[in-house]
Amino acid sequence: MNVPQKLGLSLVAAALVTAYGCGKEEPKQAAAPAAAPATAAAPAAVTVTIGSAGPLTGGIAHLGKDNDNGVRLAIDQANEKHPKIGGKDVKFVVESEDDQADPKLGPTIAQKFADAKVSGVVGHLNSGVTIPASAVYNQAGIPMISGSATNPKLTEQGFKNIFRVVARDDQQGPAVAQYLESLKVKKVAIADDATAYGEGLANEVEKTLTAAGIKVVAREKTTDKATDFKAILTKMKGTAPDAVFYGGMDATGGPMLKQARELGIKAVFSFGDGACTAEMSKLAGTAAEGMVCSQAGLPVAAASKSFVTAFNAKYGEIQQYAPYTYDAANLLIAAMQKADSTDPAKYLPSLQSISFDGATGHIEFDDKGDRKNAEVTIFTLKDGKVVPVAVVKGGKAQSFDDFMKVADASAAPAPAAPAMAAPAPEPKK
Amino acid sequence: MTALLNLNRRRDPRLAWAGLAVMAIALLVLPFALAGIGTAWVRITNLAILYCFLALGLNIVVGFAGLLDLGYIAFYAVGAYVYALLASPHFNVHLPFWVILPIGAAFACLFGVLLGTPTLKLRGDYLAIVTLGFGEIIRIFLNNLSQPVNITNGAQGVYMIDPFRIGSFSFAKPEVIAGLSFSGPVKYYYILLAFLVASIVINLRLQDSRIGRAWEAIREDEVAARAMGINTRNMKLLAFAMGASFGGIAGGMFSAIQGFISPESFILVESIMVLSMVVLGGMGNVFGVVLGALLLSYIPEVLRYTVGPVQRAMFGRTLIDPEVIRMLLFGFALVLMMLFRPAGIWPSALRKRELESKAA
Amino acid sequence: MDIFLQQLVNGLTLGSVYAIVALGYTMVYGIVQLINFAHGEVVMIGAMVAYTVISMLAATHLPPLAIVTIATLAAIPVCMTVGYLLERVAYRPLRRAPRLAPLITAIGLSIILQNLALLIWSRAPLPYPQVITTVSYSLTSHPNGATITNVQVAILVMSALMMTGLMLLIYRTKLGVAMRATAQNQSVAGLMGIDINRVIAITFAIGAGLAAVAGVMVGSYYGVAHYQMGFILGLKAFSAAVLGGIGNMAGAMLGGLLLGIIEALGAGYVGDLTNLCQLSHWFGAIAERCQTNPNLALFGSNYQDVFAFLVLIAVLVFRPSGLLGERVADRA
Repeated sequence: MNVPQKLGLSLVAAALVTAYGCGKEEPKQAAAPAAAPATAAAPAAVTVTIGSAGPLTGGIAHLGKDNDNGVRLAIDQANEKHPKIGGKDVKFVVESEDDQADPKLGPTIAQKFADAKVSGVVGHLNSGVTIPASAVYNQAGIPMISGSATNPKLTEQGFKNIFRVVARDDQQGPAVAQYLESLKVKKVAIADDATAYGEGLANEVEKTLTAAGIKVVAREKTTDKATDFKAILTKMKGTAPDAVFYGGMDATGGPMLKQARELGIKAVFSFGDGACTAEMSKLAGTAAEGMVCSQAGLPVAAASKSFVTAFNAKYGEIQQYAPYTYDAANLLIAAMQKADSTDPAKYLPSLQSISFDGATGHIEFDDKGDRKNAEVTIFTLKDGKVVPVAVVKGGKAQSFDDFMKVADASAAPAPAAPAMAAPAPEPKK
Repeated sequence: MTALLNLNRRRDPRLAWAGLAVMAIALLVLPFALAGIGTAWVRITNLAILYCFLALGLNIVVGFAGLLDLGYIAFYAVGAYVYALLASPHFNVHLPFWVILPIGAAFACLFGVLLGTPTLKLRGDYLAIVTLGFGEIIRIFLNNLSQPVNITNGAQGVYMIDPFRIGSFSFAKPEVIAGLSFSGPVKYYYILLAFLVASIVINLRLQDSRIGRAWEAIREDEVAARAMGINTRNMKLLAFAMGASFGGIAGGMFSAIQGFISPESFILVESIMVLSMVVLGGMGNVFGVVLGALLLSYIPEVLRYTVGPVQRAMFGRTLIDPEVIRMLLFGFALVLMMLFRPAGIWPSALRKRELESKAA
Repeated sequence: MDIFLQQLVNGLTLGSVYAIVALGYTMVYGIVQLINFAHGEVVMIGAMVAYTVISMLAATHLPPLAIVTIATLAAIPVCMTVGYLLERVAYRPLRRAPRLAPLITAIGLSIILQNLALLIWSRAPLPYPQVITTVSYSLTSHPNGATITNVQVAILVMSALMMTGLMLLIYRTKLGVAMRATAQNQSVAGLMGIDINRVIAITFAIGAGLAAVAGVMVGSYYGVAHYQMGFILGLKAFSAAVLGGIGNMAGAMLGGLLLGIIEALGAGYVGDLTNLCQLSHWFGAIAERCQTNPNLALFGSNYQDVFAFLVLIAVLVFRPSGLLGERVADRA
């Protein structure tokens, strides 16, 4: 230690470099939110920035990009109509941020949006990221709508500006259970992948089944990275279940289904939306045929064919939640137009009381910010494609054909199987 | 800092003082400079400081005592959960942070001893694997302790965790003090900085103390150290316990800043990231470790604004995710550092001598 | 009884994969006292290469067995090269460095290999094309009882063959003698005219070759390959090697089989064993909860991954030399 001065000085230098390094980011930072807040009246049109947050890189980047594309489509369509808010021409702009599905980045990304003074945010994808981020949005007073965070806690925090358009775990879980009930099963085995999403869903299914007097004969757990399910499947087999529910993603659901059939388990397999993809038939092969799974809301093909056509033309196949983020962005825009203001404080009440027909059906929010009376559609895997078989609404399962007959005549063209694209899966939420 | 000064005074005290003063002012003004760019940068800096703190804790175990711990994040998790459970609606307990942080540190310390006791006999590589297993076990338990009695709320995590609060002064709320507006993150910055400075001082003092020298002796040659009359068992336990306590405090702060925690924040990759910080900066050198932690904390943010846009400009789309590049950087940093500069970017003098003479 | 038999079959299959991977750890450890942390990634690369080959050949009309054999033969040299490169580039320069150094390098290599695999094969789980139709054979007289599939049989037979082959190599050939001599004392072995570097490189390559076969087995057994599949598999196999006594060939095999069985039976029975409802008789509160939830257990299959680590810690604490090892405890 004979160079202490250097040490001290280089620390100073390091601090300065750090400051400078951050300073260098300045132009980019300032440039990125190309949108000045609504107050800066530009001659042509006022730009209104809407934030879109999700994992744009990492294991579930395909889902994050899908969400982002949903927002972008909504914004582009809105701009084509040359909207006017508060008597001025406005132009909507999307600012996308990558949260890497990392919980500790959630608040940082939220802060970036708050710094950029965006008018509203669509996101995030994972509940684990959305919940910590929501506190920052709440403090900044920015309305946030998530199109895919299903953890009930998100809206239980009492934040007035936090909404979601997707069904909560405790809305989707009961729906699957009610469908199983309608199949007259007596004994059900339940497993989950020990993630917030899988466990939350499986717990709700268990609760509903038990309440309906159906016996839950086994409650097993695995992990979202496991490949060997034979041990827990063998245990399930010992209880001879009529149906099996697995709370988890297709990445584990597929191999599990395949191994179950190898072991000679003949029960009906059911899943939540995480495994409601065509990927299942790739991972499980023919074993996937006849499996049952659920998705919140109405199948996009039934609710809005125009959305599917427009999305496919621009971004290709829908991965999973794009219809929801599309609706979320449209909700923000609709609320702003209704309130005739882009100021979050002013348009928040009209967002809360909105009544809107979107790509995923009719949307209204309850006091907490959850979707009121959300439908859940049950799908089955047929010839490698996910096709709707039933709609569960208000605790009742109704076959999909019946539902379509009763449903709005405007959705008349019988829905072709809404081929869900095959998202390369991995854990979400 | 004082240790540094003691050494400095022998050369030119005035220059050293001046350097320190400049640095102190720079650090005090920094959050306002950052907030000018965007408060998000203050948050990023806060996380970086938190990692510095963690890396310093791991440095005690790995750098000072030479015990490779691959499950260090477990202590961070323990601290975070202690804070979360004692300051959230989960059990409806809301203790103030100055009460919980010591409890968290004590708990983490207890876990450190729990891990240390059975593994004392193990050396190097075995210890590494056992600590890795320990880290995973802790995470699996946190993930599953919602049944049969709900302790940790399992994978769902604990939410609405209280921020740091002294009376009515909350660290989460923006406030105007003496004409300056302090946002939540800026307030946290100062408290984190204070903790970091304290931990740097503790680390420097430790290094020069009897304990520090005993650790050094154990690291160099355990048998010889024992022959010299050092109680190797107690000293190794002490290293585990101290390192773990640092992790516990860091976890508590993370919990408070974040407001929501779940087991997915405490995965193995985090342990490896903290280890990379220590290795990259220079095992055993306090300032090297801080440098390593700062580097690896800011690199992902820098990559975010460079890698993606550059690739899009060159190829029209993103070929390699910034996240993959970050992981590859970690990997190469670990390998190349060991091969070519085993003592780190900023090696401690002694460590350098040791590693280079043996690697010859 | 059926269930127990089935769990045993599951455990044995899993265990023989562990055993093959554990052999790689044990051989390398025996000869250079280094835990090759990246060994699990070599298994992953084996599975990935085989996946690519099988996917390419699946459309051809080659017999299924030929396709899998070709895939395995393609995976082995790739993995051997990777194994050799690991040793040459990352471990050899550090052979005399303090123990921390090669271990940290190994972790770094593990990360690098994973991310390279991600770039090459994508991050999605890759479905193994089902070229071999799985056939289940009943092990009991009544239907719907315990079964064993042709893939499981193949895995068991292949592992037995490879273990025998390896034993013969080590105890019956000149190379084997050289390997054992190097393991005992490198400098003396060198003085006796053995090319130490060559022997060590060959050891790495053989271990990697075994890992390649293990990768193909895992891939075709579970039907998926994923860039992260190697790490945890490697850790468990390492635990198996320690359980049997690291550095001891027979120990690695025994350890692998045992660990597989412990995991299968653990996941299958720990829930029943720790079922709190058995205590309903004594505790009213428990009885109440068991009314609605008869599966109330202290531990369940959610702790499946913990068993391997617990075994590892227990062995290291109580019998560091493992079940069959007689090496000095100080090693540990």
